Amino acid sequence: MTAVVEARDLVKRYGKATAVDGISFSVAQGEIFGLLGPNGAGKTTTILMMLGLTDVTDGEVRVLGLDPAREPLKVKGHVGYLPDAVGFYDNMTAAENLAYTARLMGLDRAEREARIKEALDRVRLADVANKPVGTFSRGMRQRLGLAEILMKRAKVAILDEPTSGLDPQATEELLSMIRDLKSHNVTVLLSSHLLDRVQKVCDRVALFQAGKIALMGTVSELARQVLGSGFAVEVEAEGAGLAEKLRAIPGVSSVEATGINRFRMLADRDVRPEAANVVVNAGGKLRQLSVDEPSLDAIYNRFFQKQDGEGKVRNAA
Amino acid sequence: MRREGSPFSGLGAVTTKELADHLSSARMRVLEWLIVLTAVAALIGTIQQVRDTVSEDPFVFLKLFTEARQPLPSFVSILAFLIPLMAIGLGFDAVNGEHNRRTLSRVLSQPIYRDALLMGKFLAGLITLAISLIVLWLLVIGLGLLLLGVPPSTEEVLRSFAFLVVALAYAGLWLAAAMLFSIIFRSPATAALTTLGLWLFLTVLWPALSPGIAYAISPPHPLYELLNQTDPNTLVWEQGLARLSPSTLFGEVLRAILNPATRAIGPIFLDQLEGALIGAPLPLAQSLLIAWPQLVSLIAGTIILFVAGYVVFQRQEVRA
Repeated sequence: MTAVVEARDLVKRYGKATAVDGISFSVAQGEIFGLLGPNGAGKTTTILMMLGLTDVTDGEVRVLGLDPAREPLKVKGHVGYLPDAVGFYDNMTAAENLAYTARLMGLDRAEREARIKEALDRVRLADVANKPVGTFSRGMRQRLGLAEILMKRAKVAILDEPTSGLDPQATEELLSMIRDLKSHNVTVLLSSHLLDRVQKVCDRVALFQAGKIALMGTVSELARQVLGSGFAVEVEAEGAGLAEKLRAIPGVSSVEATGINRFRMLADRDVRPEAANVVVNAGGKLRQLSVDEPSLDAIYNRFFQKQDGEGKVRNAA
Repeated sequence: MRREGSPFSGLGAVTTKELADHLSSARMRVLEWLIVLTAVAALIGTIQQVRDTVSEDPFVFLKLFTEARQPLPSFVSILAFLIPLMAIGLGFDAVNGEHNRRTLSRVLSQPIYRDALLMGKFLAGLITLAISLIVLWLLVIGLGLLLLGVPPSTEEVLRSFAFLVVALAYAGLWLAAAMLFSIIFRSPATAALTTLGLWLFLTVLWPALSPGIAYAISPPHPLYELLNQTDPNTLVWEQGLARLSPSTLFGEVLRAILNPATRAIGPIFLDQLEGALIGAPLPLAQSLLIAWPQLVSLIAGTIILFVAGYVVFQRQEVRA
């Protein structure tokens, strides 16, 4: 797998304020990469630098092997961008809006019409193609934004806060369309501050904090790093001395009793099969066995709590 | 660091789209009617007056443009007032409108440079203004033909066509100014107010202020004051300052082009008039020569304002 997007020690300063402070990451082809963090952490600035829409103060960024500052047209020809709260020309219809961007892309008329139709079909906006965008809901606008990326046949899709302000159903629809992008082998970069939603679609995430990437990796990696271990397995079972036996399972870091015959185990992987085995072999009665998926919310909160606790020392490290 | 790719890719698409927007917008319709109605009102009055003198004047058609009949001002002075209004009306929300609709970052993420967006918007505005002015020009010629009953001479057509070109340059200047402010200010209302304020200042206040400033910079020699005459040095300053206003320049060009008898713009000494046939018309080329510096200044002003807007736009952050 080759890196489609690569950033090395990327820095962006506005006057004296540093928006992005030496971040490095690389995204492989077909991956969904999440840029997560609070507002003002530097996510959008990083995105704009990848598109060549703002100058890079220091460091390097390569998209599809091209320098966005030098060859912005080539980069923008292959990268689709859905800005935060995307806007369209309200007096024009959905199809007209797409036709305008298609002309900007330099597509000829026949190609344009075919691609617009296909894109609108895929985001399920075909029946409102000839309605003015002014009448569209926020979710429909976001989908129209995705249609633009599909129409471009982009190799990389950069989505800035695609789900903010959407109701749960619209969010679900949008996320499924984002997964659909991945299945078409499109690399997706996704920025968000809504963690639980994003967790479901991202292969890897980078947690931004004050212009730096604080943490990067898959969700379970981050969980192990921050929460100590990735998986919390709840066991409800009757039996003698179960706690010791559960503790003996490889990979389990701690077992605590949370009630009568209830145990909570922390492990670095999903240890449910072993736990079931242990209970059954010990002659106990297994009542319930469940695993808490590590949640990004928990990781995020714990991480920033730790940061606050340790103060600036950690920032300097 | 050199960037690669053509700054003009996407220019055609932007221009076509903006042109379609202008031509179908309600704002444009209001401006068109405003111009057509006032111009026709001025013309009808003028034609009445010109009819009486048809046989006396070889340039009767040009009189249509310049003659004023009380209480209405002449056709050109109405246009001098309305052209900037129309240009500002087309340009004041060019860039900040895209910002506020949040379309700017989406459009700029397409494979085009910012150059194409700005240039396309300017060209579309200019084409719109050109279409309106040409229609108006044809209207004047047509009304003249119908109501005066004499066809215009070649020279008259050429002179009035030169007027068209100058009017377009003047319109382009205000369009560029309006676009500059639409880039600087995020709010279209602020941009419109600033441009209109600048226009009013330069058109109404500046001509009244420049004599005072000239007097302060170069006070007239006591001898001239004693003789109750104007000091040429003061006069030069006065004229130079007044010419900072595009409306002064526009007025001067029109005086030279539409009135063939104009031999000089501004003061000349009596000895310079030696041998001149006062009141005899100059050939078109000579009239153009008189107006040339002013015309060039108008075009240069347009380019300077456009470049200023371009520089500011290139450095601006696209994020909302």
